[in-house]
Amino acid sequence: MEILVCVRRVPDTSENEIQLNAAGNDIERDELVYSINEADNYAVEEALQIRDRVGGNVTVVTVGAEDDEEILRRQLAMGANQAVLLYDEAFTGSDGKGIATVLKDFVQKGHYDLILTGVQADDGAAQVGGMLAAMLDYPFASLVNAITVADGKLKVSREIEGGNREINEIDLPCVLSIQTGINEPRYVGMRGIRQVASVPIPTVGASDLGIAKGTVGEVSAKVKRIDYFVPALSKGAEMLNGSREENAEKVLELVGAKGGLK
Amino acid sequence: MARIFAYIVHRSGVVDDSALELAAAGRKIDATAPVTAILTGWGPDFEAACNSLRPSFGEIWKVSNQALAYPNAELVRQALVHVLPPGCILLVPHDHFGIDLAPGLSIKLNSAFASDVLAIEAAEGDALKLVRQEFRGQVSAHVRCDISSGAVINIRPGAFKPEIGAAASGTIVDKSSAAGTLSARRRYVETIAAESGDVDITKHSVLVSIGRGIQEKENVVIAEELAEALGAAVSCSRPVVDAKWMEKSRQVGSSGKTVKPKVYLACGISGAFQHLAGIKGNPFLIAINKNPKAPIFQVADVGIVDDVLEFLPELTNKVREARGVAAK
Amino acid sequence: MVGNYSPAQIADWLVPGRNLFLTIHALGVACFVYIVAKRMVPLLRAERDPRFDQPWARLQRVFKFWLGQWKHPRYKLAGTIHILIFAGFILLAARAFTTLLVGVSENFVMPGLSGRTGRIYDIVTDYAATVVFLCMVVAAIRRLVFKPARYAVPAKYGKGHTADAVFLLGLIAVLMVADSLFAASQAAGHALQGQPAEDLAFLSLPWLLKVALSSTPLATLWAVNVTAYLVHAVTFYFLLCYRPFGIQFHVETSLFSVYFAKLERGMLKPVRWDVSDEHLDQVKSFGVKKFEDFTWKHMLDFYSCADCGRCADNCPANAAGRPLAPRFLTTKARDYAFQHYPVLGSPKESLPLIGNIYSEDEIWSCTTCGACEEECPLLVEYIDKIVDLRRGMIDNGNVPQSLQKPLKALESRGNPYGKLEKKKADWIKAPEFRKGCEVKVLDGKNGADTAYFVDSITSYDDRMQSIGRSTARILDHIGEDFGILGAAEKDSGHEVRRFGEETLFLALRDHNTDAIKAAGVKRLVTADPHAYNALKHDYKDVPPVEHISQVIAREVQSGKIQFNPVENANSVYAYHDPCYLGRHNQVYDDPRTVLDAIPGLKRVEMTRSRDRSFCCGGGGLMLFYEPQEEQRMGVLRVRMAADAGANVIVTACPFCMVNIEDAIKVAGLEGKMSAIDLTELVDQQIVRAADTESLETAKLETATCGG
Repeated sequence: MEILVCVRRVPDTSENEIQLNAAGNDIERDELVYSINEADNYAVEEALQIRDRVGGNVTVVTVGAEDDEEILRRQLAMGANQAVLLYDEAFTGSDGKGIATVLKDFVQKGHYDLILTGVQADDGAAQVGGMLAAMLDYPFASLVNAITVADGKLKVSREIEGGNREINEIDLPCVLSIQTGINEPRYVGMRGIRQVASVPIPTVGASDLGIAKGTVGEVSAKVKRIDYFVPALSKGAEMLNGSREENAEKVLELVGAKGGLK
Repeated sequence: MARIFAYIVHRSGVVDDSALELAAAGRKIDATAPVTAILTGWGPDFEAACNSLRPSFGEIWKVSNQALAYPNAELVRQALVHVLPPGCILLVPHDHFGIDLAPGLSIKLNSAFASDVLAIEAAEGDALKLVRQEFRGQVSAHVRCDISSGAVINIRPGAFKPEIGAAASGTIVDKSSAAGTLSARRRYVETIAAESGDVDITKHSVLVSIGRGIQEKENVVIAEELAEALGAAVSCSRPVVDAKWMEKSRQVGSSGKTVKPKVYLACGISGAFQHLAGIKGNPFLIAINKNPKAPIFQVADVGIVDDVLEFLPELTNKVREARGVAAK
Repeated sequence: MVGNYSPAQIADWLVPGRNLFLTIHALGVACFVYIVAKRMVPLLRAERDPRFDQPWARLQRVFKFWLGQWKHPRYKLAGTIHILIFAGFILLAARAFTTLLVGVSENFVMPGLSGRTGRIYDIVTDYAATVVFLCMVVAAIRRLVFKPARYAVPAKYGKGHTADAVFLLGLIAVLMVADSLFAASQAAGHALQGQPAEDLAFLSLPWLLKVALSSTPLATLWAVNVTAYLVHAVTFYFLLCYRPFGIQFHVETSLFSVYFAKLERGMLKPVRWDVSDEHLDQVKSFGVKKFEDFTWKHMLDFYSCADCGRCADNCPANAAGRPLAPRFLTTKARDYAFQHYPVLGSPKESLPLIGNIYSEDEIWSCTTCGACEEECPLLVEYIDKIVDLRRGMIDNGNVPQSLQKPLKALESRGNPYGKLEKKKADWIKAPEFRKGCEVKVLDGKNGADTAYFVDSITSYDDRMQSIGRSTARILDHIGEDFGILGAAEKDSGHEVRRFGEETLFLALRDHNTDAIKAAGVKRLVTADPHAYNALKHDYKDVPPVEHISQVIAREVQSGKIQFNPVENANSVYAYHDPCYLGRHNQVYDDPRTVLDAIPGLKRVEMTRSRDRSFCCGGGGLMLFYEPQEEQRMGVLRVRMAADAGANVIVTACPFCMVNIEDAIKVAGLEGKMSAIDLTELVDQQIVRAADTESLETAKLETATCGG
């Protein structure tokens, strides 16, 4: 099975303190450390496990710049067969649709049975997978937390409310967006990355993909971020400032008053 | 201004809370124009759902098709593409269905897509100024969305206060014939219910809910002791389930259970919106967290900055004393 | 010889006696050599291990641990029995040899054991054989009736070993009896014929048997003599050839396992002995994944284990109910070796060890406390093997999710918590602290003689920062010119290495080494025993390092540090030896010297202390791992302190502090037991030059720490 995983390099929320910069219009980016988007990492692991079960090839791709090579290399170290960087000046400033367009043109240059993305990345939009599927006219399923492959057919489970799981059959080729927790990703360390240090990661640009002008990049973006800000704190909670014992007594009183003690 | 539609999610004849939230969001976009409800389905439950919208919406577009008996986003998308007028604005709740439906729908409609919107600050001609969050809710962002060729906008559940608008006439318009033949390469098979476990948190009026602040599996007992003293149940946020400290059946949140207690103690929970999305009915929310900047303090009624591992035992003692049980 | 005959002179069997016994010798020896050669096959395929250096040092250890049975008395009864058996075997060696050769050459006498010396030797060995025989009986009764717990084999590890043990004990007893009977019947025969009879040692087994045979007719005596001889020879060779099939192989291999044992404690074997750090990228596979990845010495260890269970008996992971017991790591590997390298037949296909004989949790459960290695009388090594197995799992990407996060954070931020580098020195900025103590950051503008290596937990953890502040105040008080490396300091990498992430460790080590060199300091000091061990054994080219307890002890003895008396008369203190300060580096006395210098301080010793100290649960990355266990190690330790009559536990390691404070809560001993770090206690009690304000500050800092 030819599997493509679309990944993204993001500032890791657990290893960074996300703060506004001095000007108040962007986040402070000087000391950020980056890694692969968590959900994408689960997607790559899932792709590797499917490949190891049924045979095939796993390609990882990202729309980005030179800095993004490091996560592609990390996924190669994890076990992916190929990695490709889609980079072009023309791509900068793309919104979700623009990124999906670039990916669509890349997909159409090759042949993939299964395309995976993570459910959402740091911007929480959860959009690229669904958009890509619609552009390619492939069936799509989001929030996938289990995949079984049997006789060339795919059965996927989606995470829905209440912890329930919605089971679907889906035809190939298709696009799936993968939810965290679907598997236990294998560990990749510095050694693994060094071992793939010399594997070439081709860069593919706009002309290679035959991308129509005006369909990507800032010029085509319909959704643009204006600024970052931290909302003025609303009144919020009434804070209790007594000693621990005093606070506990107050809480007990409130719980009783609100009908919480039977 | 383009026509505004609200996609209505319904289950077993009952319309989801998001319906009225979407109506409120629509009015923020255009205070003068009515918001049209649109819903898909099949059967008597569906009819009941459509009827229940009459007091709240002026016009209700009903798309009835046997293929849509179960809300398969792939099929619903096709139906909507056929039924919706070009250039319209469609509001969808940002839940597991909206995530499935909307991005692809925006492509098929050739309109813009804005995801997980918390607020609509302004409508300026061809564009909307929206508020979103990034980096797991750590910062907010203003976003400009070009709606000149329409838009699909996913609204965060609970972000807009439901409004009952001006007296609505509630006309149901049957658009079923416009849906066309529906076929998809994704077929719904079945729903597997989550294991119910021994405790049904949705039935409790007081919940002691724990998050990462409980730090280790061995500390869960501290919450259990408090719950026992209060006659409450212990629930939790997603990280606790991911770490396998509690079962999935105890999870409150968008991917867990929805609860409607009277009192909710959020212990060591940061307040990520996915968790808060599972709390309905506006309970009295008491938050205890070591971090004074935790987002939970924005939504709680009462807040205490303290280590839950220290505070909960103290509270348990007080409860026991009050109930005449010897404090440990 | 009885009558005029000796076994060598037997002429009326199929084969003359001489030839028969010569054949038995030849067959026996040939069998043994063949078996041992087959046992050595896997060692020839094993990884290299340079153990041929420092022969004199190694010989000294042979004298101490092998000949001197140094570790045996740690278990008094079993130890005594074994020492007697061992001494017996050593003494009986020449006698056995003589007895065997007498069957080929009837007048054979061992060179040097003729005449008077020979007779003394015979008396001594008569008693030796008796003692060995009695020991066999006692040992068998112990095994069968009293069944000491540490010999038990839980079902998941296989069948019990008691039957095999008793069988061997029985055979050795038979050997003793056969030898004694041979001598007894011989002496009885001579006596009967009025010839000069050998003197048998009074009340020894041969003597008693001779008395029993005193009225036996000559022909019967001859039959007994020949039978005893035959039984002796056959049993001797049977045992010789049987030993390499089980735990008794240690009889032969123990000399080598002790000689080749590791000389330096606290250090780990590199990934490959023959590959330097710079060339590690060329190594295709890290760590031990299959049996052949072990070094020959480790394989020898598997053969040498006597299955005594002392390691598992002292293993804290085992006591806590984790799926790890060192003894079974060895016996399972030995069983694997026996199966895959059979004596008859060719080697079988190699299997991955993890998933076949070992489980992942088993290998991750180890805290590397070293109790097993401390206990083993054969000097079997465990830590290197576990680290190698972990290296193999890491190489395969097989790491528990709970460990992946801190490893990732260590890679990006240089600490397992993912905190920002620029906040590493924030602990020195606490306002109350800063008033009394300004800590230099050695960032190129400032220099100092000494660098205080703080390490991650003390720098970032709210509770442990108190240890950092106390340490700084102490260094300040004694007038030490010191500074900290600040943001330039990354995690020492001690646990990173012991969890098998060698590449990440080397990156951390190289970074820290550069930072230390750039600071131009001449000494290092730390309050963290893990950092101490790393800087001492894992790092090269860094200045010498001391643990703060050593510094304080020295200044206590010089008089520079004086203490105020303890205020709470009800406090009873117990010192908990941290594994990496105590057992691995043998710093036991300095912390005690310090405590005993505090006037009025009542100190008790826990039963398990010093080199038998019980690990608190582990440090570094172990704090992130979620083990399957029945009890926490910390809880067991806290109960030990309570049992010793203490209500304050003094530790000298921030990780011990984390585990112990946590355990006090989990054990429900809050209010009854508290914990304090040595530096916090010293900081609290130190007499400062009439500066009551800073005394109050110190007390404020440590107010929550008990004591």
